[in-house]
Amino acid sequence: MSASPRPEASRSLSRTGIDWGSSLGTAVSLAATVFILLILFVILGNVVIHGLPQLSWRFVSTIPKKDFFDKDSAAVLPMIVGTSIRVLVMTVFVIPIGVTTAVYLTEYARSNSWYTRVIRAAISNLAGVPSIVFGLFGAGFFVHLIGGGIDDIIGATSPKWGKPALLWASLTLAVMTLPVVIVATEESLRAITPGLREASLALGATKLQTILRIVLPNALPGILTGGILAVSRAAGEVAPILFTGAAYYLADLPRSLNDQFMDLGYHTYILASQAPNIEKARPILYGTVFVLLLLTFSLNAVAIFARARIRRQMRSGH
Amino acid sequence: MKKNLLVIAASLISAAQVLGGSITVKGSDTMVVLAQKWAETYMQKNPGTKIQVTGGGTGTGFAALQNGQTDLATASRPIKAKETENCIKAFGKRPTEFKVALDGITLYVHPANPVTQLTIEELEGIYTGKIKNWKEIGGPDLAITVYSRENSSGTYEFFKEHVLKGKDFAASAQTQQGTAGVVQAVMKDKGGIGYGGVGYATGVNRLKIAKIKGGTYYEPSEEAVLAETYPIWRYLYIYVNPAINSGEISTFLKWVRGEEGQKQVSEASYYPLPATLRSQ
Amino acid sequence: MTESTPEQRGVDRDWSGIRRAANFRPVEWLAEKMIQGVSFTAIAGVFLIFLFVGKEALPVFLGQTDSRLIQPIIPSSEVAKVKPEVLRQYLGLSVRDFAAMDQDTLKELMQVREEGAKDIPEYARSDPDSGVNGSGWRYLIAPHQWSGNEHPEYIWQPVGNIQKFNIIPLFLGSLKTTLIGLFFAVPLALAAALYVSQLAPVRVKEWVKPGIEMLAGIPSVVVGAFALLVLATWLQSIFHYQVRLNAFVAGIALGFAVIPLVFSIAEDALTSVPKSYVQAALAVGASRWQAARDIVLPAAIPGVFAAVVLGFGRAIGETMIVLIVCSAPVMSWNLFDSARSITTTIAAEMGELVPGSPHYRILFMLGTVLFAVTFLTNLIGDVVINRLKRRLEGKR
Repeated sequence: MSASPRPEASRSLSRTGIDWGSSLGTAVSLAATVFILLILFVILGNVVIHGLPQLSWRFVSTIPKKDFFDKDSAAVLPMIVGTSIRVLVMTVFVIPIGVTTAVYLTEYARSNSWYTRVIRAAISNLAGVPSIVFGLFGAGFFVHLIGGGIDDIIGATSPKWGKPALLWASLTLAVMTLPVVIVATEESLRAITPGLREASLALGATKLQTILRIVLPNALPGILTGGILAVSRAAGEVAPILFTGAAYYLADLPRSLNDQFMDLGYHTYILASQAPNIEKARPILYGTVFVLLLLTFSLNAVAIFARARIRRQMRSGH
Repeated sequence: MKKNLLVIAASLISAAQVLGGSITVKGSDTMVVLAQKWAETYMQKNPGTKIQVTGGGTGTGFAALQNGQTDLATASRPIKAKETENCIKAFGKRPTEFKVALDGITLYVHPANPVTQLTIEELEGIYTGKIKNWKEIGGPDLAITVYSRENSSGTYEFFKEHVLKGKDFAASAQTQQGTAGVVQAVMKDKGGIGYGGVGYATGVNRLKIAKIKGGTYYEPSEEAVLAETYPIWRYLYIYVNPAINSGEISTFLKWVRGEEGQKQVSEASYYPLPATLRSQ
Repeated sequence: MTESTPEQRGVDRDWSGIRRAANFRPVEWLAEKMIQGVSFTAIAGVFLIFLFVGKEALPVFLGQTDSRLIQPIIPSSEVAKVKPEVLRQYLGLSVRDFAAMDQDTLKELMQVREEGAKDIPEYARSDPDSGVNGSGWRYLIAPHQWSGNEHPEYIWQPVGNIQKFNIIPLFLGSLKTTLIGLFFAVPLALAAALYVSQLAPVRVKEWVKPGIEMLAGIPSVVVGAFALLVLATWLQSIFHYQVRLNAFVAGIALGFAVIPLVFSIAEDALTSVPKSYVQAALAVGASRWQAARDIVLPAAIPGVFAAVVLGFGRAIGETMIVLIVCSAPVMSWNLFDSARSITTTIAAEMGELVPGSPHYRILFMLGTVLFAVTFLTNLIGDVVINRLKRRLEGKR
């Protein structure tokens, strides 16, 4: 691909007056940008306009009884609880593993060794695996192999762990969001100037001490950003939990990690596709979507602006 | 290492878990609302019992029944031989079948459509694509749009086997997720026809159906379904492992098939069992 | 695979040098090994996914599934006469289970088989296709003239007595929705990336970029619900097609999900083109737009290509949007017909089938294929981006 300018560019040199081609090009690309932002605002605006009026204390604080397609008994407390717990449990697993991997990649690995290359390839592939495939994997690996294995070990007569459950859904999501945490952490580890590490080593600290006391505390904002991004990505995912733990309906809140759970995203799908009367279910659907968006979006917004700040610091740091 | 951690966590949590006198119900998504109605009413009468209802699909219900994940499996179709086999392999016995309700499949058309009745044969023609215009069956000169359910739904399978006699739906058939989608589409389409449960038919006309040409046309009413004169209907089932069909579970199943349970069936827009099939 | 920056390489050199100089410290050594061990998780993840999804699909790949309606029957009265090994295989039992079973249970199992065969309605039994194994490779990919059809056809009808598992309509559905999505998303995202990276004032850029990234934060199930409730109605009133929910609506909604991804990657690639290129162009009198279009864009073209490839991977793997918007496995290139994608099929049908059945295995096979496709697109995307960055850095 040659990077030499095309003839038109040089021709315009001799032209005087307004450069219509350039103005038009700029205008079109600006219009595309505005259009994309418009899509964002239309979706958000639509959900807020129709969803906000549906919100009531009862809606978010009770368990739906009898019929969740019915306006009077529809409520989302168990879904909020289910979604929250599953992302929390996921975080407990994904943050330590993701951060450790990022530490290995930035502090220990040599960037050109084959092992590092394979890890990087694995991470980027993991990021691209379709979410429904994670669902199949979670059902086969976590639910049947590990869950079933635990049942064998504890000698359960009926499945206690070898069935879809909160824990398995969380672990499936942890595998899925691993790349998010690794990439964000790595970015923040790299933003720390080598001088800091050198100073620590010069004072006699070992490498491990330097990582634990100097590098990681300095990278904390980035690690948090990664965690938040992972959580916001996972909170809205439905496909990976279809076969690993989400329930259509439960009369109770989950009480242990081997219970199934109701989920905001899955519930949105049910309301959108299975309602006996679409018109009647529409406001409930909007209300549920609003709550889901509120959850994922507040997390996302925090992560994006935190990352923007870190990047700015990084730039000024060099 | 992860596995070891899991085992420790698992044993800790399972030690802390309390096993109460509870019944789990799992299976057909069609029946979740009905099962939930049963559960709620039963729990009000018997506060000591906890009933947990989940959907997931009829197949999921049978799989769960087979490996003991659920006590009762709800089903919108009878168990398949393969599934019975799996149950025998798992617990040595065939699961016990209980018919718990009747469901009439209703045909919907646009309110402005003058056609009010069809035979099964004509339906087959419409749904396989042989009949393409309403005028062929005494209606206006208007192309027929065929609406069908998702091919994973029990209703779809039933319609395919009982109305189309195993033939494939016309390629032009429009698939909708859920019966409500079908109703809504028909409501907006003058040439549309769709099928689904009787409780959904708001804003559309319900067709009278005759078994054969020249036969009597019947409304999908409770009487016609019970008398088996309305031709397209099916049973809804609950299956249970006979080894655990005692105590609380047995009581609940009797109650479901008794007067009070059947009252909930009507409320959920299905048809209650005839007296001969009810529990005494 | 993101290439390390020069600063990073500097860090590496420093660290490894220090490691070699230091005395042997057991704690340090152990920690390093443990950290290295944990980093293996990502590799294990990919490997296990392939293993566990592929394992369930293996019988399909090997042609060992059998979905024939009419299966050979051994009468239950002959339970004592049949050779144990034949009986074990007939009933599909493991050696351990078979040994644990008594005669009565075996007989019961055989009876169930017989009854199942008896329950097949006459119209299905007499169907010429009742002996066809629809889960064989030939029927999975090639069209077949099923009884009642006038031509050989591609049919996905996994439910019913005679199961038809042709996967071509599903691939078509995936391709159709994905391509519509890309045709909609790529031009928009590229134009926006060009604007944000080259033309926009810094203040605008700082607001627009997070804004577009926020679009990525909308869960796909929400995009699906929006498409169902609002977008479908709008598009129908603009284009006046007959069926409200179709591949076109699903494709546009997929586009919403793909835009932020394509934008991010393309913007990244465009920004990584050295500023000196632009400065040189401006110095000889080109406008900013000319510099962006004629200098920066061609230099970053591999990155743009990678963005499209990765966008393709994202779109073809998306589940919930297509699941909510449309779902019929129609064999048609018409954009305004319904479509059923591979992902949708897995999500919708998994709950209704018998685990271990041919249908179940075929869904896992579809999952494996999907995994392979995205694996490939990722690989291509990564390689291209790396080459580009190395080249641009080398030129600097």
